[in-house]
Amino acid sequence: MESRRNPRAVVDPKVRQVGFFTSSQPDSSSTQQQTEPISASASASSPPVSTISPSGNSLSPVMIPPPRLNSSDTFPLRNAAAGATSAVSPSSFSYSNRRDFPDGSTTASPGRHSRGSFVKSSAPVASSLPGIGMDSMAAAKSSSVPASGLTTVSVVTMPPGLAENASGMEVQSDQKKNSKSLKEKTTKAERRAIQEAQRAAKAAAKADGGKVPPGTSASLASTSVKVAKPAKPSTQKNEVAVSAGVTEKKGGPSEKDRKKDAPHPRMQYDDESRVVKAKRRAVVKQTEAKNRVELFRHLPQYEHGTQLPDLEAKFFQLDPMHPAVYKVGLQYLSGDISGGNARCIAMLQAFQDVIKDYSTPPEKNLNRDMTSKISSYVSFLIECRPLSISMGNAIRFVKNRIAKLPITLSESEAKAALQSDIERFINDKIIGADMVIVKHAVTKIRDGDVLLTYGSPTAVEMILLHAHELKKKFRVLVVDSRPKLEGQLLLRRLIKRGISCTYTHINAISYIMHEVTKVFLGASSVLSNGTVYSRVGTACVAMVASAFRVPVLLCCEAYKFHERVQLDSICSNELGDPNAISKVHGREDINYLDGLTNNANLQFLNLMYDATPSDYISMIITDYGMVPPTSVPVIVREYQKEHLLV
Amino acid sequence: MPDVQSMVAEFVNKLRKRKIEGSQATAKCTVELLRSVISHQRVPHANQAAALIDAVKAVGQQLVAANPVELAVGNVVRRVLHIIREEDLSLTTAAMAGLDLLDASDDDDIDNCKGIGYPAMSAAVVAAAARSTLRPPSLQTLLEGTPESATVPYTSSSGADSESKTADKSSLTRKLKHDVIEGVNQLIHEISGCHEQIAEQAIEHIHQNEVILTLGSSRTVLEFLCAAKEKKRSFRVFVAEGAPRYQGHLLAKELVARGLQTTVITDSAVFAMISRVNMVIIGAHAVMANGGVIGPVGVNMAALAAKKHAVPFVVLAGSHKLCPLYPHNPEVLLNELRSPSELLDFGEFSDCLDFGAGSGSLQVVNPTFDYVPPNLVSLFITDTGGHNPSYMYRLIADYYSADDLVM
Repeated sequence: MESRRNPRAVVDPKVRQVGFFTSSQPDSSSTQQQTEPISASASASSPPVSTISPSGNSLSPVMIPPPRLNSSDTFPLRNAAAGATSAVSPSSFSYSNRRDFPDGSTTASPGRHSRGSFVKSSAPVASSLPGIGMDSMAAAKSSSVPASGLTTVSVVTMPPGLAENASGMEVQSDQKKNSKSLKEKTTKAERRAIQEAQRAAKAAAKADGGKVPPGTSASLASTSVKVAKPAKPSTQKNEVAVSAGVTEKKGGPSEKDRKKDAPHPRMQYDDESRVVKAKRRAVVKQTEAKNRVELFRHLPQYEHGTQLPDLEAKFFQLDPMHPAVYKVGLQYLSGDISGGNARCIAMLQAFQDVIKDYSTPPEKNLNRDMTSKISSYVSFLIECRPLSISMGNAIRFVKNRIAKLPITLSESEAKAALQSDIERFINDKIIGADMVIVKHAVTKIRDGDVLLTYGSPTAVEMILLHAHELKKKFRVLVVDSRPKLEGQLLLRRLIKRGISCTYTHINAISYIMHEVTKVFLGASSVLSNGTVYSRVGTACVAMVASAFRVPVLLCCEAYKFHERVQLDSICSNELGDPNAISKVHGREDINYLDGLTNNANLQFLNLMYDATPSDYISMIITDYGMVPPTSVPVIVREYQKEHLLV
Repeated sequence: MPDVQSMVAEFVNKLRKRKIEGSQATAKCTVELLRSVISHQRVPHANQAAALIDAVKAVGQQLVAANPVELAVGNVVRRVLHIIREEDLSLTTAAMAGLDLLDASDDDDIDNCKGIGYPAMSAAVVAAAARSTLRPPSLQTLLEGTPESATVPYTSSSGADSESKTADKSSLTRKLKHDVIEGVNQLIHEISGCHEQIAEQAIEHIHQNEVILTLGSSRTVLEFLCAAKEKKRSFRVFVAEGAPRYQGHLLAKELVARGLQTTVITDSAVFAMISRVNMVIIGAHAVMANGGVIGPVGVNMAALAAKKHAVPFVVLAGSHKLCPLYPHNPEVLLNELRSPSELLDFGEFSDCLDFGAGSGSLQVVNPTFDYVPPNLVSLFITDTGGHNPSYMYRLIADYYSADDLVM
């Protein structure tokens, strides 16, 4: 639970901070120096709460690593580098021929992502570094320390630049222009003095119950603003360019770096500097699509088909990546594994392999090291494809189990315990839950029913097959939609089993809804306001069904429930391959949009999910029984503990 | 007139094979065909309007039977019939200017009692009846108590064969046909010009930075959006691709060619996107008298979603799409199923089509149209302006004679 909730609690302010930090060169070095140790300690030891007391986060200037300022490459040049890397890719890779794109197509795409090492200028580099600092802070925060406490601590202990930053938006704009002069004004001694003052303030704050008096940070901020007053303004544009020109550090990122910059599961991709940062660390070099829909700037949209060969070429460089995880990641990337349960099970099984092959490095703690390893794997998987909510829940479970391992256990015992825990999660929470759902749902199917389903939900398929085995007489309407056409696979399986089916596409839903008696739908997740987050089009089907007064039954395992809330399908979603829309598979006559894909006026939007309002759902069938959508928060609350403990 | 016969046969064939796409093209072809039917029709001295009407009806029935779903055909036939009646009426009234109304109504009563197939009426009564159906009833006619029977459909005929026909009537023989053809030409002009008429109103409905969702490929919508674009409005358009015909791709291509910001979305994303859309604009296939709309498949879904999010749902329809009929079960009865091959590749599923024991049957449904009930429509924009759905019946009554509703 924490691993998801805490970062979210702090992400929003962080996003704003980064914008400011991009131009604060001098501070950045100090920030960098200060925060580096935190990340080293905190991220390595995130789960065991006791080891990181808030005071443990306080910075010791002794541990300042040398500032990494030197290497930098410029924007256009890396483009060429990208081409070079992708050209290297061996053609023998098995997935590469699944895509329509030649390997070389990377060259045409903006090369921000590449790791080319064209050293050009050193000036803009410093601007990138505060970002790292910030990120490491985020890593620190994502440990299980309660978010609020951590926030206050970090506010207080921060060097002036950071303090300003955390203190709020209102000062941000001035600072953007001014922060550059800050370093010139404050000598090292002065900074030390400020730090001392802050530490004192922090002690006071702790005495006050861990809460900073609002005045403290505000006054700090105001002083620093005053200090920063006489400065030359630099334009916003320059900053953007600078942040875009952020580059690789010498020698490439270590595994630790990668982990600490792991893309947040709900990272906002409209924030350029964060994107750049995440990219620098990324293993999978996703090419950003150029022609994007304005409304969805905050979501990642990648050119599809270019990453696999690139990734393949890098296989041997990624020594810390476990082959099982690597394989699953590639399967996500290529779309070979899709569907919430399948993805979740594949990931958990990969983690089982990881645990099996794991041995604690010397002088390291199993709990901490394994958690950090899992985190780095998760970030790799996120790069391949954004996590589904169910996967987030499963990861939370695994980390929780690792954290709760008794210290007394030997390594082999611990590994065995973890493996059996994961096994149990798969069996109980996914496979067992499905069986319970089937048992419940079958009671709702009567002879003569006409059941409608959309897409290819596994739970619903099991229900239909089971009902058929019970010799119930019913007919199934399979509704499908482009571009995935998953319904065709379901249709084929149902027909093979002897179930009479009618197949149609989602546009015709109003036409066939007359004859339907019940609608069975699957879900990717059910959010605690009752909103169902599911394959795009589910909302349409549910809406039409409720307009025709047809009951909508939603089948969803309880491990997919989440305490998050969402109102629309725009704030959080996943974007699929836009080219899947312009090209109609199997219909060569539909080629109106050929050659227009690069037109600046034309965008393709391939949404993967949508949010169905709870009023369209009559009933949710879950492993805890059949409940109305209003009861979802109850299940989330009551069973979350059990869920994590299993 | 064998050439007309063959033309009709050819057109019927085309309609049957669905060779003509789009209600505007169909309407235009129909009205041109009818014009040649009328011009080739030999009119007797006596009863020329009736002869014309019969001829047009005969052809019209064939055409409608050829493609009952293409309501534009029936609409145009009715419009032509209406034109004939109107022209005949105006000629007769001109001729009978001085006739006494009271006498006429007496005649009417007598004729009705005689039970003649086409109950004969004096032209004046017809005029009065027409006045009461087509124009707002004047206070005078209300007071005079013109016979109710005049508005009843079964008095379907012209007043041409009333006993009051006189020698001056025959002098008008050529004039009637001429006038009718003139009227039909006007109709053709109206049908081909409806886009411009509708597009002219675009600027009143589209504001700056608007996000518009559309669906299917309609020339009317295209012209409408482009007209707003030409007036320097900048807005973006979401186009649902409209599987399985992918008409949305076609529309998107046209829009992009005209420089509009276009985003193609899947049909399933309509609900997801509707919350960010300011207006849904679609082109209708036909507008029913109750204000319901028959449009490209998927429209009902979009309309429901728009209703849910209180997004205005605007329907563009040229006057030839206004159908005087009230729909009954239009989703099924006024629909048309297209080939399953658009949805499923036969090659891939041929093994599933073996309906032997042990395997289930497979049906594929691929409807062409969708019906949107009037309560989901916010506004109709026709070439005569914007109208509420509840007003459509009245607008439609202006274009058709009550006598022709059942052909």
